[in-house]
Order: sequence, then structure tokens, then C-alpha cells
Amino acid sequence: MHNENKKPTQLLELVTAITRGNIKVIDLTMTLDRKVPTIVLPPELGQSWPFRMEEISKYNEKGPATYWNNFSCGEHTGTHFDAPIHWISGKDLPNNSTDTIEPEKFIAHACVVDCCREAEKNPDYLLTIDDVCSWEKTYGKIPPRSWLLMRTDWSMKKTPEEYLNLDDEGAHTPGPHEELIPWLIDERDVIGFGCEDVGTDAGQASNFKTPMPCHHLMHGRGRFGLPALTNLDKLPAQGTVIITPPLKIRQGSGSPVRVLALIEE
Amino acid sequence: MTTPLSKPKRKDPTKRTRIPSLPPGKRSREAHGLTAMAAVGRFALQVCNECQKVQYPPRQICSNCLNDKLFWRDVNNGGKLLAETKLQHSNDTYFRDRIPWRLGIVIADAGPSIVAHLGEDCIRDQRVRMSLSIDRAGNAVITARPEKPTQLEEDDVQLREMAFNPKDRRVLIVDGKTELGLRIAENMVAAGARDVFVGSAEPWRSSSYLDKIKDLERTSIYSLDVTDTESVKELASMIGDKVEILVNNSYHLRMGGLVDKFDINTAHDEMEIHYHGLMRLAAFFGPIMKLRSADGPQGASAWLNVLSAYALINNPDLATYSASQAAALSLSQCLRSEMAAGGIRVLNAFTGPIEDEWQQIAPPPKLIPDTVAKRIIKGLQDGKEDIIIGAVAEEICARIAENAKEIERTIKL
Repeated sequence: MHNENKKPTQLLELVTAITRGNIKVIDLTMTLDRKVPTIVLPPELGQSWPFRMEEISKYNEKGPATYWNNFSCGEHTGTHFDAPIHWISGKDLPNNSTDTIEPEKFIAHACVVDCCREAEKNPDYLLTIDDVCSWEKTYGKIPPRSWLLMRTDWSMKKTPEEYLNLDDEGAHTPGPHEELIPWLIDERDVIGFGCEDVGTDAGQASNFKTPMPCHHLMHGRGRFGLPALTNLDKLPAQGTVIITPPLKIRQGSGSPVRVLALIEE
Repeated sequence: MTTPLSKPKRKDPTKRTRIPSLPPGKRSREAHGLTAMAAVGRFALQVCNECQKVQYPPRQICSNCLNDKLFWRDVNNGGKLLAETKLQHSNDTYFRDRIPWRLGIVIADAGPSIVAHLGEDCIRDQRVRMSLSIDRAGNAVITARPEKPTQLEEDDVQLREMAFNPKDRRVLIVDGKTELGLRIAENMVAAGARDVFVGSAEPWRSSSYLDKIKDLERTSIYSLDVTDTESVKELASMIGDKVEILVNNSYHLRMGGLVDKFDINTAHDEMEIHYHGLMRLAAFFGPIMKLRSADGPQGASAWLNVLSAYALINNPDLATYSASQAAALSLSQCLRSEMAAGGIRVLNAFTGPIEDEWQQIAPPPKLIPDTVAKRIIKGLQDGKEDIIIGAVAEEICARIAENAKEIERTIKL
């Protein structure tokens, strides 16, 4: 029950700080349009629909006063939220889909590890435990229930071809090392892993000993994924709060999401 | 000798584009028997079951014995040009725009005297060969050329109205990422197309076929994804007023049946590409092509859809693919009706199984993409409406005509 006499001072302070610009809101979301690339899978497998939009009306005979559209896309399109049910390893967990995940999990602290130089040199760069330990020496330990966001500046790629970076052996995009994932869960209790490329796993991760470790292990332990982020260069290493509520789709495996980051100036 | 087609100049932007007009359009039901024969490139006329007299023009009863049992039969297309004239005046807008126009009377070897549109090289009292062609209004007419093909026959401006030789025309091939797309592009270049525009979707997917297209002369690649309304609109705004022949070779085939393989996503993709894709192309390329059908000998002329013969009868091994092809065929009939009003002909090529990765396990006989491409070009040059390609497609058409219920029950890959 609400206590009618008690004013929510902390929330008011938060809103005031946002209004005054002491807390800045950064949009970490890619704009959804028809050119947003979706993950490329072998063509004989089921395929995710790309983002498409058809006009319903635009102040015309189909609706004189209204402009609106129908859109279609796969759940994992653009900047999106991966729920544990997305992977077979997380299929039997409780509260594993977009409609059942506890809402408080959609607001959490985020740590940002800057790997842009490494990713620029090597598109197959893998973030290791050593890399994260050395990051912690500078910025402090990852607090429990934080997101680990891997900054690569990959979202700044100019074309879908560069962004997906495919050749005849598959995609070449950076991601986490397979040993990093269990360590992040067991030793740091992260809430999930986020990155700037099309999926949370590296482009070559299907060839790892544990294929697609960020999907298999994170989702298997009820953690989340947050791929295709942007603007990670605008965030501090520690101290960001991100807001990540996916659409409340029954048994949804994920959804496009507008990710907002709050940072203190 | 036929006057060589003058090399197309760039359009003078200060000149008004001629508004399309159509040749006279009214035909009797019987006369459309000629249209059916012309559609598949046959030279067939009505023959009386009783007295065997060959009839022309088509009629309900025999002009000799009044018998009403007339049937269509392929007849000798040779004849002798009895008289010829050059039309210098007409009250009909279409011919006024195109005079002088050559017409003649041919005494057909099969019997009747026939008024025919004449190629430039036809000479009075000499032998000619006739064809059933389809004019810009979509109706059958008879054209005559000298018995032996002449050197520049294909340049004949009058005959170009009824056939769509790619020579000096600008062509759009919708999908350059299949082998068929590559082979159509190669054959269009070889046939003398002025420019070949080739569409390419999903730029992040590499394609060895598209790589080869990049090396072809007079060919350029454009981003085009028929599943994306904006993409089609964008390309139409760039090159829509230059496309004189559009080849819609959109292709997405996945094998499988219906009851034992419930897969809405695959069916959706097939419909998106074959049916909605055709809708999008029609919506954005159709109007501008219709406006340019009278823009000189190189004006917009034809729209060709590459369809599967399974559009005509569902193959249960390709259940949803066949259904999406049938949907595209149905839409193409509407497209034909609407484009005819602007003088653009809509042709459909029906192919049997093609040798490609998606039909890998389909048993032979399978068509080599280059063969299909060559038949498509030939079909355009002949102005055929239905281009039936390969033994499988031919057999399907024949069996449907003979007993559709039989083939419905027995067809499989």
C-alpha cells in the first residue's frame, strides 16, 4: 500500500536531476528501418523477418486525419533484448520470456569495457577474463547484477556489409571469449551481456568448443542479452543505469527495445 | 532493305513525350481464338470439320458450307503478297501517330486472302511468311515478312511494335543473384540491349553470379529488394523512366508439402517475393512504363514474368511455392489488362525445373539457366505472350489441356 503522506523524494530528485541536466539520458538504440541488418543464417534454416513498414494511412483517403503504419520484423531485430527462452538451454527456466521476466530486472547498472582498438585491429577479437580483470584494476570491480557492455564502435560501421562482415567462412565480428561467460556469471553475477554487433556472440562463435557461449550459457543461467547497441562511446566505464524493457509478448523470446542510459554529469 | 534502326539518342528534355494510344481493340469471341494461338506462337486458323475449308477471319459458321463445327488447326504460314499499300492517313490515333504504315493482302497457301501488316522488305508478287502477332492493345493481328529472313528484319519499326527485341532497348532484370539472372543479363547484352539494369537485394550476401554481372558491358547493378516497398519505389524513381523491358525473375523456392510440413514462414517468404513483390514492382514501375510506351521505337514495351509451370497446376512436392506462383500468375493477368491500356505487353515465361541449388534433388530433366535465358529472349523477340520453356512445362500444358484432373492426381517431382 502507498503511504499517502510520504513524498517520493528520491524519484523527484531523479526527475529534477534529469530536467536540470545533472543526469543525462543517452539513447543506446539503433533506428529501426528497412536497412537494419538481421542476423544471417544458412538459407535452409528458418529466417528472421527483416524490418518492414507499410503505410496504413497518411492524411489521405485511407484515413483523412491520421498517419500510421503497420510494421513487421523478427523479435531479434535492431537493438533488441534476448530473453532466456531464446536458447534451448534456458527453455525450462521460470520467468524466462519477455512477458514473465520480473520488471525490476529491466533497470540495472552497466559497466562498459572499451575494446574498440582491439576490434579495429581484429574483427574476430574475443574479450577475455584477463581483459576484464585488467579493466577492473582501473575502474573497480563489476558490481553484482550489472550488465557488461562491450564497446567496439561496431555500430559506427557505415554499411550493412561492413557491419555484418561476412565472408565464405561466416561472420567476423567481435564478442566474448567462451571462458569469460561462466566467469561473469559465477564470479561477477552479471545480469547480462550487451554489445554493438548483430548478436551477443562473436561472428565465429558457432565454431567454439561450446558453440554460441553467450547465448547458451547466459540464457541457460537466466541472464539476458542486449545486442546492436549504439552510443556506448558516450558512457562512462562504471556508473551507468540502463533501462531495457522489451515488449510484453506472451512467450516472447525477445523484442526490439529502446535502450536508455542514465549517466551522471 | 529494312532501314537500320537509328541508334537511340538521349532524350531531349524540352520535348513532350508522346501519349500512348492503342490500335483498335474490339474483337469478337471467335477472333480471340487467334489471340490464343498468337499467345503461344502458333500459326493456326479455323478449319471446317465438314468441308476442310480454312477460314479467315474467324467466324461462327463455315463460309463455304455453313457448318458450325470449326476447329483450330496449325496451317502453312506461307503465302504470296498480292497487293500492298502504305497507309498515309488514318482516323485512328494509333495509326495517325505512326504513319506511313504498310499493309497488304496475302493469298495464303492455306486458302484465304488475309490483310496483313507488312515488314518493310515485303515485295508485291513475292513469297512471304506470316505470323500471328499480338498488337499493343493485346489482340491478334497477322504480320508478314519476306519468305527468307532479311538482314535487318529485326530493326523494322512497324514490326517492333509487336515484338520486343532487346536490341537498343533498356532492360531491368529484377534479381541478379541467381544463375538465371546472370544468364538473362549475358543474353540481353549479346542481343544488343542498350543498357542492362540488374537488381540486387541484401548487399551483405555475396553472390558469384552478381560478381560476374559486374564484368558485363553496358550493365549496372542497383539495390532492389522486392520485399521492401521503399526499395522498389527508390529504384523506380531513379531508373523507372528508362526501363523499356522489365524482366521479373524474382525467385524463392523451398521444397515441401502442405499437410506434413506446416511452415507459414516459408509460405510467407514465397508470397512476399513472388506475389507482393510483383505488386510492388507493378505499383512503381507500371505507371511510368505505361506513360512511355509511345516514346519512339525505343519506348517502354514489355513486362516479362518468369514463372514456374507449377503456377498452372500445384505440384504437391512444392506445395506453397506452386501456390505463390499461381498467385503471381493471377496477378499477372490483371497486370496485363491494366498495362494494355498503356500499350505495354505483359508476357509470362513458364519453366520446368531448373538446374540450381534449390532444385538439387528434383529429378531430371532440368533446364540449364542459359537455355531458359535464351528462350526468354527469343520469346520477347517473337512477342509471344506465353513462353513455355522445356519438356516438363510443355507436358504440363498439354496434360492440363487434355485432362486437368489426371495431372492433378499424378503430378510430382
